[in-house]
Amino acid sequence: MTPVPRGDVRISGVGMHPFGRFEGLTGTDMGVAAVRSALDEAGIGARQVQAAFCGTAYGGVAAGHRVLGALAGTGIPIVDVEAGCASGGAALQLGTASIASGQYDRVLVFGLEKMPKGVIRSSFFAPWQEAAGLSPAPAYFALRAQRLLLDAGLTRQHLAQVVVKNRRNGVDNPDAMFRTPVTVEEVLAARMICDPLTLFMLCSPNEGAAALVLERGGDGSGDGIRVAGISLRSHLPGNVLGEDSPLCGIEDSSITSPTELAATDAYEQAGLGPSDVDVVECQDTDSGRELLAWAELGLCGAGDQARLLADGSTLIGGPIPVNPSGGLLSKGEPLGASALGQVVEIVRQLRGTVTDRQVPGARVGLSHVIGRGANACVTILTR
Amino acid sequence: MDGDRITLLGGWSPSSGLRHFPRAVVCPFTGADDVEEVVLAPPGYFGPVPYGFGVVELDGSPPLRIVTRLQGDDIHPGARVVLAAEEVPDADGNPLATWVFRS
Repeated sequence: MTPVPRGDVRISGVGMHPFGRFEGLTGTDMGVAAVRSALDEAGIGARQVQAAFCGTAYGGVAAGHRVLGALAGTGIPIVDVEAGCASGGAALQLGTASIASGQYDRVLVFGLEKMPKGVIRSSFFAPWQEAAGLSPAPAYFALRAQRLLLDAGLTRQHLAQVVVKNRRNGVDNPDAMFRTPVTVEEVLAARMICDPLTLFMLCSPNEGAAALVLERGGDGSGDGIRVAGISLRSHLPGNVLGEDSPLCGIEDSSITSPTELAATDAYEQAGLGPSDVDVVECQDTDSGRELLAWAELGLCGAGDQARLLADGSTLIGGPIPVNPSGGLLSKGEPLGASALGQVVEIVRQLRGTVTDRQVPGARVGLSHVIGRGANACVTILTR
Repeated sequence: MDGDRITLLGGWSPSSGLRHFPRAVVCPFTGADDVEEVVLAPPGYFGPVPYGFGVVELDGSPPLRIVTRLQGDDIHPGARVVLAAEEVPDADGNPLATWVFRS
């Protein structure tokens, strides 16, 4: 399964509303701010897009219409897309396909969210599962992290090192929620949420928005960042520790994960491989999740994460920087916006316009989200 | 369920040869439409145990692993646990019968 980018699809404008907590602002307010920034960058108005795709999980009915309505941009098709943590990625895949297929020449893709505080709750689980204690996301994250520690020979120190890396990067990101560095000792001493994950090892559900303008390329100008590959995949059945949070499974190691499925598609579409990637934004809902992604995306072999941590490979300045934005551990996770926030970061990295945390000379970037459903989306951008 | 004795019921698909939990309309692994009710025995435990939440492996071929709550002081990878009934309150405070594995 390797369809999508056939035509030349370019990102001509990006915009962000910072991720954090913003009392008094609605999700619509934040969506409007991000969309206006993206439209401004592209040098167009809201009436100059032919369709809009809005990623959101908690935005409610017609969230996208409310944003376009505030900008007098209705009348076009407006599609709200829910795919859990990958909602923005799903919206981007639809927007990309709509141009690649020849349906449209210019579309708007955006994501917004205003999450309730505390552990993420959703109608994904039956009420009896919530009452019986079989629904909290951190428990499932911790199960996978425990398994990772056993299988990859990792320790809590390694989990903490991921937090230290991402929080250091987040210091220089004005769109991040947490902008103070932390030490390994502080991470390990933080309140235990669900063994082995301490408070700092888990991202915070929060609020924010991100937006992109996509256009048909091919005019020879070479402007814009190209969507070279994008794939949204769901889980294969069977893995008891799968991202779909099943209650049973028959095995847990031989089943290809949704991230691996999506990455394989995206690499094939782009005609590139992991060694071609210069910068990565990946899902770090918890620090174990990021380490799993390194292997699933082919950045290292299974069980090789400790070496990458030891030699600094994933730091800015290393051969494969991961989460130069600070990741979700610094930015927080507004579900519908988080995937597009990653893409905004990759676009800016490829343009070379990031201040203080620029990855030098980046030409190929990859973003990755995984979450409820399960849904995984991998996007590869080039310049 | 009889007092704190509880039987864990699941599904079994003769054509796929696989069990699952809880019982579903079709086999969740293959989509086979021949699911029958089956009693799932709780012979042992598999995997790590973070804060009373873990994976129990049930006897049979192939083994079926289920995600469950766990209780007890002596829970570790490889430990054996016993199925028991427990009541928890639902969102309205009404008693809800559920299961737990104890060491």
